[in-house]
Amino acid sequence: MSRLRLVGVFLRLGVLNELQYRANFWIQLIRSLVNLATALAGLGVVFSQATTLDGWRQDELLALVGVYFLVGAGVNLVFLPSMSQFIGDVRKGTLDYVLTKPEDAQLLVSIRRVDIWRLIDVAMGFGVNGVALARLGSDLGPGRAAAFGLTLLAGGAIVYSFLLALATTAFWFVRVENILVVFQSMYVAGRWPVGIYPPWLRGTLTFVVPIAFAITVPASALVGRLDWPTLVGTVVLAAAMLAFSRWFWSVGVRHYSGASA
Amino acid sequence: MIAGRAAGPRALLGLYRAQFAVHLAAQMQYRVMLAIWLIGLVLQPLMYLVVWATVARSQGGEAGGFTAGQFAAYFLVLMVVNQLTFTWVTEVTEYRVREGEFSPLLLRPVHPIHADLAENLTYKLLTLTLTLPIALLLGVSFGADFSPPVWAVAAFVPALGLAVALRFVADWLVALLAFWVTRMTAINQTYSVLTIFLTGQIAPLSLFPEPVRVVAAVLPFRWMVAFPVELLLGRLSARETLVGFGAQAVWLVVLVAVLPWAWRAGVRRYSAVGA
Repeated sequence: MSRLRLVGVFLRLGVLNELQYRANFWIQLIRSLVNLATALAGLGVVFSQATTLDGWRQDELLALVGVYFLVGAGVNLVFLPSMSQFIGDVRKGTLDYVLTKPEDAQLLVSIRRVDIWRLIDVAMGFGVNGVALARLGSDLGPGRAAAFGLTLLAGGAIVYSFLLALATTAFWFVRVENILVVFQSMYVAGRWPVGIYPPWLRGTLTFVVPIAFAITVPASALVGRLDWPTLVGTVVLAAAMLAFSRWFWSVGVRHYSGASA
Repeated sequence: MIAGRAAGPRALLGLYRAQFAVHLAAQMQYRVMLAIWLIGLVLQPLMYLVVWATVARSQGGEAGGFTAGQFAAYFLVLMVVNQLTFTWVTEVTEYRVREGEFSPLLLRPVHPIHADLAENLTYKLLTLTLTLPIALLLGVSFGADFSPPVWAVAAFVPALGLAVALRFVADWLVALLAFWVTRMTAINQTYSVLTIFLTGQIAPLSLFPEPVRVVAAVLPFRWMVAFPVELLLGRLSARETLVGFGAQAVWLVVLVAVLPWAWRAGVRRYSAVGA
Protein backbone atom coordinates (compact mmCIF):
# COMPACT_ATOMS: atom_id res chain seq x y z
CA MET A 1 0.00 0.00 0.00
CA SER A 2 2.74 2.40 0.97
CA ARG A 3 4.41 1.55 -2.32
CA LEU A 4 1.39 2.60 -4.28
CA ARG A 5 1.32 5.82 -2.29
CA LEU A 6 4.97 6.33 -3.18
CA VAL A 7 4.16 5.98 -6.87
CA GLY A 8 1.41 8.53 -6.35
CA VAL A 9 3.79 10.95 -4.65
CA PHE A 10 6.32 10.80 -7.47
CA LEU A 11 3.56 11.23 -10.02
CA ARG A 12 2.31 14.31 -8.17
CA LEU A 13 5.83 15.68 -7.97
CA GLY A 14 6.19 15.23 -11.70
CA VAL A 15 2.91 17.04 -12.30
CA LEU A 16 3.82 19.91 -9.97
CA ASN A 17 7.22 20.24 -11.54
CA GLU A 18 5.90 20.43 -15.04
CA LEU A 19 2.97 22.71 -14.22
CA GLN A 20 5.55 25.45 -13.79
CA TYR A 21 6.03 25.24 -17.53
CA ARG A 22 2.47 25.23 -18.72
CA ALA A 23 3.37 26.25 -22.25
CA ASN A 24 5.03 22.86 -22.50
CA PHE A 25 1.63 21.22 -22.68
CA TRP A 26 1.01 22.66 -26.12
CA ILE A 27 4.51 21.86 -27.26
CA GLN A 28 4.17 18.28 -26.09
CA LEU A 29 0.72 17.99 -27.60
CA ILE A 30 2.07 19.11 -30.97
CA ARG A 31 4.93 16.67 -30.61
CA SER A 32 2.60 13.76 -29.87
CA LEU A 33 0.24 14.69 -32.67
CA VAL A 34 3.15 14.90 -35.10
CA ASN A 35 4.25 11.42 -34.05
CA LEU A 36 0.75 10.08 -34.47
CA ALA A 37 0.39 11.73 -37.86
CA THR A 38 3.70 10.16 -38.93
CA ALA A 39 2.58 6.70 -37.93
CA LEU A 40 -0.80 7.07 -39.62
CA ALA A 41 0.66 8.56 -42.78
CA GLY A 42 3.19 5.72 -42.92
CA LEU A 43 0.34 3.24 -42.71
CA GLY A 44 -1.59 5.19 -45.30
CA VAL A 45 1.25 5.09 -47.82
CA VAL A 46 1.81 1.37 -47.34
CA PHE A 47 -1.86 0.53 -47.66
CA SER A 48 -2.29 2.70 -50.73
CA GLN A 49 -0.22 -0.02 -52.42
CA ALA A 50 -1.38 -3.17 -50.65
CA THR A 51 -4.42 -4.60 -48.87
CA THR A 52 -2.60 -6.70 -46.27
CA LEU A 53 0.89 -6.74 -44.80
CA ASP A 54 2.03 -10.19 -43.78
CA GLY A 55 -1.62 -11.08 -43.18
CA TRP A 56 -2.42 -7.97 -41.15
CA ARG A 57 -5.23 -5.78 -42.44
CA GLN A 58 -4.97 -2.00 -42.24
CA ASP A 59 -7.22 -1.62 -39.20
CA GLU A 60 -5.40 -4.43 -37.42
CA LEU A 61 -2.13 -2.60 -37.99
CA LEU A 62 -3.84 0.54 -36.70
CA ALA A 63 -4.42 -1.34 -33.45
CA LEU A 64 -0.72 -2.24 -33.48
CA VAL A 65 0.15 1.45 -33.80
CA GLY A 66 -2.12 2.13 -30.83
CA VAL A 67 -0.29 -0.45 -28.73
CA TYR A 68 3.05 0.94 -29.95
CA PHE A 69 2.08 4.35 -28.55
CA LEU A 70 0.66 2.90 -25.37
CA VAL A 71 3.74 0.86 -24.48
CA GLY A 72 6.14 3.55 -25.65
CA ALA A 73 4.29 6.09 -23.51
CA GLY A 74 4.44 3.82 -20.49
CA VAL A 75 8.16 3.27 -20.90
CA ASN A 76 8.90 6.95 -21.47
CA LEU A 77 6.55 8.05 -18.69
CA VAL A 78 8.63 6.61 -15.85
CA PHE A 79 11.07 3.86 -16.71
CA LEU A 80 13.38 5.55 -19.20
CA PRO A 81 13.69 8.89 -17.34
CA SER A 82 14.17 7.09 -14.03
CA MET A 83 16.74 4.66 -15.40
CA SER A 84 18.72 7.40 -17.07
CA GLN A 85 18.80 9.34 -13.81
CA PHE A 86 19.88 6.17 -12.02
CA ILE A 87 22.79 5.64 -14.42
CA GLY A 88 23.86 9.23 -13.88
CA ASP A 89 23.62 8.75 -10.12
CA VAL A 90 25.89 5.72 -10.21
CA ARG A 91 28.47 7.69 -12.14
CA LYS A 92 28.36 10.68 -9.82
CA GLY A 93 28.03 8.63 -6.68
CA THR A 94 24.77 10.32 -5.75
CA LEU A 95 23.01 6.97 -5.63
CA ASP A 96 23.95 7.02 -1.94
CA TYR A 97 20.96 9.25 -1.32
CA VAL A 98 18.63 6.64 -2.74
CA LEU A 99 20.18 3.66 -0.98
CA THR A 100 19.95 5.31 2.43
CA LYS A 101 16.20 5.85 2.12
CA PRO A 102 14.02 3.40 4.07
CA GLU A 103 12.29 2.02 1.00
CA ASP A 104 13.07 -0.63 -1.55
CA ALA A 105 15.86 0.87 -3.67
CA GLN A 106 14.81 -0.94 -6.84
CA LEU A 107 11.36 0.57 -6.58
CA LEU A 108 12.78 4.02 -5.94
CA VAL A 109 15.16 4.05 -8.90
CA SER A 110 12.41 2.71 -11.15
CA ILE A 111 9.80 5.37 -10.46
CA ARG A 112 11.76 8.40 -9.33
CA ARG A 113 11.36 10.47 -12.46
CA VAL A 114 8.04 11.00 -14.19
CA ASP A 115 7.68 12.64 -17.58
CA ILE A 116 4.00 13.45 -17.23
CA TRP A 117 3.53 14.67 -20.79
CA ARG A 118 3.73 11.10 -21.97
CA LEU A 119 0.22 10.75 -20.52
CA ILE A 120 -0.84 12.46 -23.73
CA ASP A 121 0.55 9.47 -25.60
CA VAL A 122 -1.28 7.09 -23.28
CA ALA A 123 -4.56 8.82 -24.11
CA MET A 124 -3.66 8.81 -27.79
CA GLY A 125 -2.81 5.11 -27.71
CA PHE A 126 -6.18 4.25 -26.20
CA GLY A 127 -7.89 6.53 -28.70
CA VAL A 128 -6.20 4.87 -31.66
CA ASN A 129 -7.07 1.42 -30.29
CA GLY A 130 -10.67 2.48 -29.87
CA VAL A 131 -10.87 3.72 -33.44
CA ALA A 132 -9.16 0.58 -34.72
CA LEU A 133 -11.62 -1.68 -32.90
CA ALA A 134 -14.59 0.33 -34.08
CA ARG A 135 -13.38 0.12 -37.66
CA LEU A 136 -12.74 -3.58 -37.39
CA GLY A 137 -16.37 -3.79 -36.32
CA SER A 138 -15.55 -6.50 -33.84
CA ASP A 139 -16.76 -6.64 -30.29
CA LEU A 140 -14.05 -6.70 -27.68
CA GLY A 141 -15.44 -9.53 -25.59
CA PRO A 142 -14.35 -10.06 -21.98
CA GLY A 143 -12.01 -12.88 -23.04
CA ARG A 144 -10.12 -10.78 -25.56
CA ALA A 145 -10.08 -7.75 -23.27
CA ALA A 146 -8.57 -9.89 -20.54
CA ALA A 147 -5.99 -11.36 -22.91
CA PHE A 148 -5.09 -7.87 -24.08
CA GLY A 149 -4.75 -6.52 -20.55
CA LEU A 150 -2.70 -9.51 -19.47
CA THR A 151 -0.30 -9.44 -22.41
CA LEU A 152 0.04 -5.67 -22.14
CA LEU A 153 1.04 -5.98 -18.48
CA ALA A 154 3.33 -8.89 -19.24
CA GLY A 155 4.91 -7.01 -22.14
CA GLY A 156 5.40 -3.97 -19.95
CA ALA A 157 6.99 -6.15 -17.27
CA ILE A 158 9.34 -7.71 -19.83
CA VAL A 159 10.46 -4.31 -21.11
CA TYR A 160 10.85 -2.99 -17.57
CA SER A 161 12.96 -5.97 -16.51
CA PHE A 162 15.05 -5.63 -19.63
CA LEU A 163 15.69 -1.93 -18.99
CA LEU A 164 16.44 -2.51 -15.32
CA ALA A 165 18.93 -5.25 -16.18
CA LEU A 166 20.58 -2.99 -18.77
CA ALA A 167 20.78 -0.09 -16.34
CA THR A 168 22.11 -2.34 -13.58
CA THR A 169 25.22 -2.98 -15.66
CA ALA A 170 26.13 0.61 -14.69
CA PHE A 171 27.41 -0.80 -11.40
CA TRP A 172 30.25 -2.45 -13.32
CA PHE A 173 30.67 -0.37 -16.49
CA VAL A 174 29.63 3.06 -15.14
CA ARG A 175 29.23 4.83 -18.50
CA VAL A 176 26.24 3.07 -19.97
CA GLU A 177 23.85 5.97 -20.75
CA ASN A 178 23.97 4.94 -24.38
CA ILE A 179 22.50 1.55 -23.69
CA LEU A 180 19.15 3.29 -23.29
CA VAL A 181 19.66 4.99 -26.63
CA VAL A 182 20.03 1.54 -28.20
CA PHE A 183 16.69 0.55 -26.77
CA GLN A 184 15.02 3.71 -28.02
CA SER A 185 16.33 3.34 -31.53
CA MET A 186 15.38 -0.32 -31.68
CA TYR A 187 11.92 0.42 -30.30
CA VAL A 188 10.92 2.10 -33.57
CA ALA A 189 11.03 -1.28 -35.29
CA GLY A 190 8.07 -2.34 -33.16
CA ARG A 191 5.73 -0.21 -35.23
CA TRP A 192 5.39 -3.13 -37.62
CA PRO A 193 4.50 -6.73 -36.79
CA VAL A 194 7.73 -8.62 -36.10
CA GLY A 195 6.57 -11.36 -38.47
CA ILE A 196 7.62 -9.32 -41.50
CA TYR A 197 11.28 -9.17 -40.52
CA PRO A 198 13.81 -11.76 -41.73
CA PRO A 199 14.58 -14.48 -39.14
CA TRP A 200 17.81 -12.94 -37.73
CA LEU A 201 16.16 -9.58 -37.12
CA ARG A 202 12.97 -11.16 -35.79
CA GLY A 203 15.08 -13.16 -33.36
CA THR A 204 16.86 -10.00 -32.22
CA LEU A 205 13.60 -8.13 -31.70
CA THR A 206 12.08 -11.04 -29.81
CA PHE A 207 14.85 -12.24 -27.53
CA VAL A 208 17.65 -9.64 -27.51
CA VAL A 209 15.49 -6.50 -27.38
CA PRO A 210 12.07 -7.86 -26.42
CA ILE A 211 9.97 -5.52 -28.53
CA ALA A 212 7.95 -8.35 -30.05
CA PHE A 213 6.51 -9.26 -26.67
CA ALA A 214 5.80 -5.68 -25.75
CA ILE A 215 3.97 -4.65 -28.91
CA THR A 216 3.17 -7.39 -31.42
CA VAL A 217 1.82 -9.82 -28.82
CA PRO A 218 -0.62 -7.43 -27.07
CA ALA A 219 -1.73 -6.08 -30.45
CA SER A 220 -2.39 -9.64 -31.62
CA ALA A 221 -4.46 -10.18 -28.50
CA LEU A 222 -6.43 -7.01 -29.13
CA VAL A 223 -7.43 -7.94 -32.67
CA GLY A 224 -7.98 -11.58 -31.77
CA ARG A 225 -4.98 -13.13 -33.53
CA LEU A 226 -3.31 -14.50 -30.43
CA ASP A 227 -2.94 -18.23 -29.79
CA TRP A 228 -2.77 -19.86 -26.36
CA PRO A 229 0.89 -20.96 -26.40
CA THR A 230 2.05 -17.37 -27.10
CA LEU A 231 -0.14 -16.01 -24.32
CA VAL A 232 1.16 -18.51 -21.77
CA GLY A 233 4.73 -18.13 -22.98
CA THR A 234 4.59 -14.35 -22.66
CA VAL A 235 3.28 -14.47 -19.10
CA VAL A 236 5.87 -17.07 -18.08
CA LEU A 237 8.66 -15.06 -19.66
CA ALA A 238 7.48 -11.90 -17.89
CA ALA A 239 7.57 -13.64 -14.51
CA ALA A 240 10.99 -15.13 -15.23
CA MET A 241 12.45 -11.79 -16.35
CA LEU A 242 11.04 -9.93 -13.35
CA ALA A 243 12.68 -12.47 -11.07
CA PHE A 244 15.96 -12.38 -12.98
CA SER A 245 16.21 -8.57 -13.06
CA ARG A 246 15.40 -8.43 -9.34
CA TRP A 247 18.23 -10.88 -8.63
CA PHE A 248 20.64 -9.12 -10.96
CA TRP A 249 19.82 -5.79 -9.33
CA SER A 250 20.57 -7.13 -5.85
CA VAL A 251 23.94 -8.46 -7.06
CA GLY A 252 24.67 -5.07 -8.63
CA VAL A 253 23.78 -3.04 -5.56
CA ARG A 254 26.17 -5.11 -3.48
CA HIS A 255 28.86 -4.23 -6.00
CA TYR A 256 28.24 -0.49 -5.62
CA SER A 257 30.89 1.22 -3.56
CA GLY A 258 29.48 4.74 -3.34
CA ALA A 259 30.98 8.13 -3.96
CA SER A 260 33.13 8.74 -0.94
CA ALA A 261 33.94 5.17 -0.06
CA MET B 1 30.99 40.75 -32.20
CA ILE B 2 34.18 39.06 -33.22
CA ALA B 3 32.74 35.73 -34.30
CA GLY B 4 31.43 35.87 -37.81
CA ARG B 5 34.23 38.00 -39.18
CA ALA B 6 35.37 36.47 -42.45
CA ALA B 7 38.62 34.53 -42.22
CA GLY B 8 40.91 34.16 -45.21
CA PRO B 9 40.76 30.92 -47.20
CA ARG B 10 44.28 29.89 -46.14
CA ALA B 11 43.46 30.37 -42.47
CA LEU B 12 40.21 28.45 -42.93
CA LEU B 13 42.01 25.54 -44.57
CA GLY B 14 44.40 25.33 -41.65
CA LEU B 15 41.47 25.55 -39.27
CA TYR B 16 39.67 22.66 -40.95
CA ARG B 17 42.82 20.53 -40.95
CA ALA B 18 43.27 21.11 -37.23
CA GLN B 19 39.58 20.49 -36.51
CA PHE B 20 39.61 17.24 -38.47
CA ALA B 21 42.58 15.97 -36.48
CA VAL B 22 41.00 16.94 -33.17
CA HIS B 23 37.60 15.48 -33.92
CA LEU B 24 39.06 12.30 -35.36
CA ALA B 25 41.06 11.75 -32.20
CA ALA B 26 38.07 12.64 -30.02
CA GLN B 27 35.61 10.43 -31.84
CA MET B 28 37.94 7.46 -31.97
CA GLN B 29 37.77 7.48 -28.20
CA TYR B 30 34.04 6.89 -28.27
CA ARG B 31 33.89 4.04 -30.72
CA VAL B 32 31.06 2.31 -28.88
CA MET B 33 29.01 5.48 -28.98
CA LEU B 34 29.60 5.81 -32.72
CA ALA B 35 28.35 2.28 -33.21
CA ILE B 36 25.29 2.95 -31.07
CA TRP B 37 24.31 6.04 -33.02
CA LEU B 38 24.73 4.00 -36.14
CA ILE B 39 22.03 1.54 -35.07
CA GLY B 40 19.36 4.17 -35.55
CA LEU B 41 20.74 5.23 -38.91
CA VAL B 42 20.76 1.63 -40.12
CA LEU B 43 17.62 0.28 -38.52
CA GLN B 44 15.14 2.84 -39.87
CA PRO B 45 15.87 2.29 -43.58
CA LEU B 46 16.16 -1.45 -42.92
CA MET B 47 12.69 -1.44 -41.37
CA TYR B 48 11.09 0.29 -44.36
CA LEU B 49 13.07 -1.92 -46.73
CA VAL B 50 11.45 -4.95 -45.12
CA VAL B 51 7.99 -3.36 -45.09
CA TRP B 52 8.11 -2.37 -48.76
CA ALA B 53 9.72 -5.59 -49.94
CA THR B 54 6.90 -7.43 -48.18
CA VAL B 55 4.35 -5.18 -49.90
CA ALA B 56 5.97 -5.71 -53.31
CA ARG B 57 5.96 -9.48 -52.89
CA SER B 58 2.35 -9.54 -51.73
CA GLN B 59 1.33 -7.48 -54.79
CA GLY B 60 2.72 -10.05 -57.20
CA GLY B 61 6.30 -8.78 -57.28
CA GLU B 62 5.84 -5.05 -57.79
CA ALA B 63 4.37 -2.06 -55.95
CA GLY B 64 4.39 1.53 -57.14
CA GLY B 65 6.94 0.78 -59.85
CA PHE B 66 9.41 -0.93 -57.52
CA THR B 67 10.17 -4.65 -57.27
CA ALA B 68 11.31 -6.09 -53.93
CA GLY B 69 14.91 -5.96 -55.16
CA GLN B 70 14.53 -2.35 -56.29
CA PHE B 71 13.07 -1.38 -52.93
CA ALA B 72 16.09 -3.01 -51.31
CA ALA B 73 18.44 -0.99 -53.53
CA TYR B 74 16.48 2.21 -52.84
CA PHE B 75 16.57 1.91 -49.07
CA LEU B 76 20.20 0.79 -48.90
CA VAL B 77 21.39 3.68 -51.06
CA LEU B 78 19.15 5.89 -48.92
CA MET B 79 20.79 4.48 -45.80
CA VAL B 80 24.22 5.59 -47.01
CA VAL B 81 23.03 8.96 -48.35
CA ASN B 82 21.09 9.70 -45.18
CA GLN B 83 24.11 8.82 -43.07
CA LEU B 84 26.27 11.13 -45.19
CA THR B 85 23.87 14.08 -45.08
CA PHE B 86 22.62 13.68 -41.50
CA THR B 87 23.52 16.24 -38.82
CA TRP B 88 22.75 16.66 -35.12
CA VAL B 89 23.17 20.44 -34.96
CA THR B 90 19.55 21.09 -33.94
CA GLU B 91 19.95 19.17 -30.68
CA VAL B 92 23.46 20.42 -29.98
CA THR B 93 22.57 24.06 -30.55
CA GLU B 94 19.59 23.91 -28.22
CA TYR B 95 21.81 22.46 -25.52
CA ARG B 96 24.50 25.07 -26.11
CA VAL B 97 22.09 27.98 -25.86
CA ARG B 98 20.27 26.59 -22.83
CA GLU B 99 23.45 25.80 -20.92
CA GLY B 100 25.31 28.95 -21.90
CA GLU B 101 27.91 26.94 -23.80
CA PHE B 102 27.79 29.32 -26.68
CA SER B 103 29.77 31.90 -24.75
CA PRO B 104 33.26 30.41 -25.27
CA LEU B 105 32.41 29.59 -28.89
CA LEU B 106 31.52 33.22 -29.54
CA LEU B 107 34.88 34.35 -28.25
CA ARG B 108 36.73 32.35 -30.86
CA PRO B 109 37.91 34.39 -33.82
CA VAL B 110 36.09 32.20 -36.36
CA HIS B 111 32.44 31.42 -36.87
CA PRO B 112 31.38 28.30 -34.89
CA ILE B 113 29.76 26.81 -37.99
CA HIS B 114 33.20 25.81 -39.27
CA ALA B 115 33.98 23.65 -36.24
CA ASP B 116 30.52 22.08 -36.50
CA LEU B 117 31.00 21.29 -40.17
CA ALA B 118 34.43 19.78 -39.55
CA GLU B 119 33.08 17.64 -36.72
CA ASN B 120 30.13 16.54 -38.80
CA LEU B 121 32.28 15.58 -41.79
CA THR B 122 34.73 13.69 -39.60
CA TYR B 123 31.91 11.69 -38.07
CA LYS B 124 30.44 10.86 -41.45
CA LEU B 125 33.70 9.74 -43.01
CA LEU B 126 34.50 7.69 -39.94
CA THR B 127 31.12 5.95 -39.86
CA LEU B 128 31.09 5.48 -43.63
CA THR B 129 33.68 2.75 -43.07
CA LEU B 130 30.91 0.91 -41.21
CA THR B 131 27.80 1.85 -43.18
CA LEU B 132 29.22 0.93 -46.59
CA PRO B 133 30.03 -2.67 -45.64
CA ILE B 134 26.70 -2.95 -43.79
CA ALA B 135 24.83 -1.68 -46.86
CA LEU B 136 26.72 -4.10 -49.13
CA LEU B 137 26.05 -7.02 -46.82
CA LEU B 138 22.36 -6.20 -46.55
CA GLY B 139 22.27 -5.67 -50.31
CA VAL B 140 23.45 -9.22 -50.87
CA SER B 141 21.18 -10.70 -48.22
CA PHE B 142 18.06 -8.89 -49.52
CA GLY B 143 18.93 -9.38 -53.19
CA ALA B 144 19.14 -5.67 -54.00
CA ASP B 145 18.63 -4.93 -57.68
CA PHE B 146 21.34 -2.31 -58.12
CA SER B 147 22.88 -1.60 -61.53
CA PRO B 148 23.29 2.15 -61.92
CA PRO B 149 24.02 3.66 -65.34
CA VAL B 150 27.52 5.15 -65.60
CA TRP B 151 26.30 8.73 -66.16
CA ALA B 152 24.15 8.45 -63.04
CA VAL B 153 27.16 7.46 -60.95
CA ALA B 154 29.07 10.45 -62.31
CA ALA B 155 26.18 12.84 -61.62
CA PHE B 156 25.60 11.31 -58.19
CA VAL B 157 28.86 12.65 -56.75
CA PRO B 158 28.10 16.39 -57.14
CA ALA B 159 24.43 15.80 -56.24
CA LEU B 160 25.53 14.15 -53.02
CA GLY B 161 27.96 16.96 -52.24
CA LEU B 162 25.24 19.59 -52.76
CA ALA B 163 22.83 17.53 -50.65
CA VAL B 164 25.32 17.38 -47.79
CA ALA B 165 25.81 21.14 -47.93
CA LEU B 166 22.10 21.89 -48.27
CA ARG B 167 21.02 19.70 -45.37
CA PHE B 168 23.79 21.05 -43.16
CA VAL B 169 22.86 24.68 -43.78
CA ALA B 170 19.12 23.98 -43.46
CA ASP B 171 19.65 22.16 -40.15
CA TRP B 172 21.85 24.98 -38.89
CA LEU B 173 19.18 27.53 -39.72
CA VAL B 174 16.48 25.57 -37.91
CA ALA B 175 18.88 25.14 -34.99
CA LEU B 176 19.27 28.92 -34.70
CA LEU B 177 15.64 29.09 -33.55
CA ALA B 178 17.06 27.99 -30.19
CA PHE B 179 18.05 31.62 -29.62
CA TRP B 180 14.38 32.57 -29.54
CA VAL B 181 12.83 29.37 -28.14
CA THR B 182 14.57 27.88 -25.12
CA ARG B 183 12.86 24.52 -25.24
CA MET B 184 13.27 23.30 -28.78
CA THR B 185 12.16 19.68 -28.32
CA ALA B 186 8.84 20.06 -30.12
CA ILE B 187 10.28 22.09 -32.99
CA ASN B 188 13.20 19.71 -33.40
CA GLN B 189 10.95 16.71 -33.44
CA THR B 190 8.52 18.21 -35.90
CA TYR B 191 11.38 19.16 -38.16
CA SER B 192 12.95 15.73 -38.00
CA VAL B 193 9.63 14.02 -38.74
CA LEU B 194 9.08 16.31 -41.72
CA THR B 195 12.59 15.45 -42.87
CA ILE B 196 11.99 11.73 -42.52
CA PHE B 197 8.82 11.97 -44.61
CA LEU B 198 9.64 14.54 -47.22
CA THR B 199 13.16 13.32 -47.97
CA GLY B 200 11.79 9.92 -48.95
CA GLN B 201 12.92 7.91 -45.95
CA ILE B 202 9.57 6.23 -45.36
CA ALA B 203 8.81 5.47 -48.97
CA PRO B 204 10.11 6.65 -52.33
CA LEU B 205 8.49 10.05 -52.92
CA SER B 206 6.87 8.77 -56.12
CA LEU B 207 4.60 6.60 -53.95
CA PHE B 208 3.18 9.61 -52.12
CA PRO B 209 0.08 11.51 -53.27
CA GLU B 210 0.63 14.50 -55.52
CA PRO B 211 0.34 17.30 -52.88
CA VAL B 212 3.02 15.71 -50.68
CA ARG B 213 5.36 15.38 -53.65
CA VAL B 214 4.84 19.03 -54.54
CA VAL B 215 5.58 20.17 -50.98
CA ALA B 216 8.72 18.01 -50.84
CA ALA B 217 9.94 19.45 -54.13
CA VAL B 218 9.09 23.10 -53.48
CA LEU B 219 10.74 23.06 -50.06
CA PRO B 220 14.39 21.94 -49.85
CA PHE B 221 13.52 18.48 -48.43
CA ARG B 222 13.55 16.41 -51.60
CA TRP B 223 16.88 17.83 -52.65
CA MET B 224 18.56 16.99 -49.32
CA VAL B 225 18.33 13.20 -49.64
CA ALA B 226 15.85 11.74 -52.13
CA PHE B 227 17.28 13.40 -55.22
CA PRO B 228 20.78 11.86 -55.10
CA VAL B 229 19.26 8.47 -54.22
CA GLU B 230 16.84 8.45 -57.16
CA LEU B 231 19.63 9.74 -59.37
CA LEU B 232 22.02 6.92 -58.51
CA LEU B 233 19.33 4.32 -59.03
CA GLY B 234 18.85 5.65 -62.57
CA ARG B 235 15.21 6.58 -61.97
CA LEU B 236 15.55 10.17 -63.21
CA SER B 237 15.61 11.46 -66.77
CA ALA B 238 18.31 13.90 -67.92
CA ARG B 239 15.80 16.74 -67.64
CA GLU B 240 14.73 15.79 -64.11
CA THR B 241 18.38 15.60 -63.16
CA LEU B 242 19.05 19.12 -64.39
CA VAL B 243 15.98 20.45 -62.57
CA GLY B 244 17.28 18.73 -59.44
CA PHE B 245 20.69 20.33 -59.66
CA GLY B 246 19.00 23.70 -60.24
CA ALA B 247 16.79 23.28 -57.19
CA GLN B 248 19.76 22.27 -55.05
CA ALA B 249 21.75 25.29 -56.20
CA VAL B 250 18.90 27.78 -55.72
CA TRP B 251 18.05 26.56 -52.22
CA LEU B 252 21.69 26.46 -51.20
CA VAL B 253 22.24 30.06 -52.36
CA VAL B 254 19.07 31.26 -50.61
CA LEU B 255 19.83 29.53 -47.32
CA VAL B 256 23.48 30.57 -47.28
CA ALA B 257 22.35 34.14 -47.88
CA VAL B 258 19.87 34.02 -45.00
CA LEU B 259 22.29 32.34 -42.60
CA PRO B 260 24.53 35.30 -41.58
CA TRP B 261 21.50 37.52 -41.10
CA ALA B 262 19.71 34.97 -38.90
CA TRP B 263 22.94 34.33 -37.02
CA ARG B 264 23.45 38.00 -36.18
CA ALA B 265 19.84 38.41 -35.09
CA GLY B 266 20.10 35.29 -32.95
CA VAL B 267 23.37 36.16 -31.26
CA ARG B 268 21.94 39.55 -30.36
CA ARG B 269 19.15 37.76 -28.49
CA TYR B 270 21.57 35.43 -26.74
CA SER B 271 21.92 36.29 -23.08
CA ALA B 272 24.27 33.49 -22.00
CA VAL B 273 22.22 31.70 -19.39
CA GLY B 274 24.33 31.18 -16.32
CA ALA B 275 26.93 33.73 -17.30
